[in-house]
Amino acid sequence: MAGETNALADMKFPDVSPVNGPVRSSEFGSILDRRCFMKCAAMAGAVCSIDAFARPLTAILPFSGAPAQSDSQFVVEARFYEKLQTKKIKCKLCPRECTVGDRERGYCGVRENRGGTYYSLVHSRVCTAHIDPIEKKPLFHYLPGTLAFSLATAGCNVNCKFCQNWDISQVRPEQVRADYAPPKTVAELAKQYRCPTIAYTYSEPVIFSEFLMDTADAGHAAGVRSVVVSNGYMQQKSLQAAYGKMDAVKIDLKSFSESYYRDVVCGELKPVLDSLVTLRKMGKWTEIVYLVVPTLNDSDSEFGGLARWIKTDMGVDVPVHFTRFHPEYLLKNLPPTPVPTLERAKAIADAEGLHYVYIGNVPGHPAENTYCPKCRKLLVERMGLTISQMLIQKNSCPFCKQPIPGIWHA
Amino acid sequence: MKKPVETTRRDFLKDCVAGAAVLSMSGRMQLLDAAGQTSSLAKSKVVIARDSMLRGAGTTVDSQRVLKLLDQAMQTLFGVDQPAEPWKKLVRPGERVGLKVNALGGRAFSSNLQLVEAICERLQETGIKARDIVIFDRDTEELERSGFHISTEGKRIQCFGTDQAGYEDDLVTYGSVGSRLSKILTRNCDVLINLPVLKDHDGAGVSMALKNMYGVIHNPNKYHPNGCNPYIADVNMLSDVRTKMRLTICDATTGSYEGGPGYKPQYSWKNDALIVARDPVALDYVGWQMIERKRAEKGLKTLEAEKRAPLYIATAADAQHRLGTNDPKRMVVVEV
Repeated sequence: MAGETNALADMKFPDVSPVNGPVRSSEFGSILDRRCFMKCAAMAGAVCSIDAFARPLTAILPFSGAPAQSDSQFVVEARFYEKLQTKKIKCKLCPRECTVGDRERGYCGVRENRGGTYYSLVHSRVCTAHIDPIEKKPLFHYLPGTLAFSLATAGCNVNCKFCQNWDISQVRPEQVRADYAPPKTVAELAKQYRCPTIAYTYSEPVIFSEFLMDTADAGHAAGVRSVVVSNGYMQQKSLQAAYGKMDAVKIDLKSFSESYYRDVVCGELKPVLDSLVTLRKMGKWTEIVYLVVPTLNDSDSEFGGLARWIKTDMGVDVPVHFTRFHPEYLLKNLPPTPVPTLERAKAIADAEGLHYVYIGNVPGHPAENTYCPKCRKLLVERMGLTISQMLIQKNSCPFCKQPIPGIWHA
Repeated sequence: MKKPVETTRRDFLKDCVAGAAVLSMSGRMQLLDAAGQTSSLAKSKVVIARDSMLRGAGTTVDSQRVLKLLDQAMQTLFGVDQPAEPWKKLVRPGERVGLKVNALGGRAFSSNLQLVEAICERLQETGIKARDIVIFDRDTEELERSGFHISTEGKRIQCFGTDQAGYEDDLVTYGSVGSRLSKILTRNCDVLINLPVLKDHDGAGVSMALKNMYGVIHNPNKYHPNGCNPYIADVNMLSDVRTKMRLTICDATTGSYEGGPGYKPQYSWKNDALIVARDPVALDYVGWQMIERKRAEKGLKTLEAEKRAPLYIATAADAQHRLGTNDPKRMVVVEV
């Protein structure tokens, strides 16, 4: 990476310290007493504070009207494709297997056939970067209370009707402001801002696999880990090559039905399930998020089927987060997920025997916390995106010594 | 002494109703003028104008001959005698006219420069100011590569890509499509004239009038699965596209019957024709048949046999879309 310009060198994030250490150890009650009120107030303050430091990269760097980008600095030959006749190519990155003619792009919009060679247009083309709590990914069993230098490029290989980041995921790279942030620079910035982890997130990291792999290598060389937040819609070879470099993975399992994947996600369920199994076999720390969308993927049978599949094919120790939907993008006609629906999902998964079932996007809900599956004691208490207690010691419950799976300590 | 006219309450109300009806009719006539041939009763006229000497002895399309060919096509379509008359029926002075070209294929296979110049000439003769004409496609660099002179200032004809103007922030939706529209379409055009190229398309089957509208949305890559069906029809239903579109002039001077949409000389032919219609669905149907005939001539399978028949054409004609007709019995194809 000699000769790279450090385009992000002037970036200024406020001083931040990782949030850790115990604060208090009370349970959330169903009645809003004074203690609960104070908790909520503290949590709201914490969220505000996070917003303050989670500033987008593009808001910090000086831009002048149209982005002054040289296209060539972001262009590298893609790693996963086959050349066909008449200058066509077949992309082998995701199961979609786009056949792309000369001067055309794949479904993701960030890979282009130029004269029969397929290129990624988004290497080092960072359109957004934030310093986030790792809990925001969410990864609850991975270095709790630490920060992740989180970044994305434009593009996605599906088109979820509920996408919260559609303004970067559903656009072509030239349609969104971006900065040149090569792998070594990202790794240096992560260290500079005391982030033990780089997170590839927000849009869909599958489509910037080349950048992800190079950045993970640069990060590891600098002592910084990497995690990815992904839809898992990948071919097996690209999954193993790219996510093999990750220290932890969070997969958005968007539903447990093929029809939902076809109609709402524009993808397929089976390859995502295959990815989850492969990640487990690879020994990658993996957590699953299931966004519960009212009326579309919130039936008891679907929750039950999902929980049974996780139990059988991945094991009871895989954390599952049932998260709350908010109306966005092309699904503005539906209400936010009622909290009782999330609680129903959790109850079904708990009943199937899963050990770590969380409820997300409901700040202050007791199901944000981690409890020992054996003695039921509180082990990690979360307040929104921050940690108020972290009691796990030596990867075990301090009370009954039950091993608690995850990556708890750096 | 003349008796003053008394207006009773009943007369007053009658007059109001009549006035409202006239206003409503004029608005409706304007709309019919734009989409007239897609009404349920009228047949859609598609004109194929040919000139075997379009390039003279050379390889480049001759400016004078293409102007003459355009006049022939337009006069036949509108059933008039003078070259200026069709344009007067189509646009009015003061309107801003967008010419949506297709610049994907470079100099060899984009909307023909001489044809676009001829259209601009006729528009200006109709009273459209040069600065009120904008030639556009998705990307400025592609326009330049196709030979267009980029111009964004002054009193000249404007020519630039949406990459310079940007896309609207708000999504517009129809059916399966949710997209941001080119600001050139939404802010710089009152009238849209569609100037596609006669092309084979590996995903959609063929690419002409309807498919060319992928060039006004920010996310065309999302709408290529399933042979672009129903996405192409849905894109053409987006309000700004549907209401501003008045005419399609398909550049069929060169056509491709295989290997599209990129330019493959081995699969292209000199067709020396223009296809003109106000019904984009009928035009696409006629162009599709033209490509099929060439494929048969070259010993290739039909697009249907290759599992890439352009099903979106039927979708565009269905009861939900009604963008035109794909029924040959409801078309009048005139060759001149």
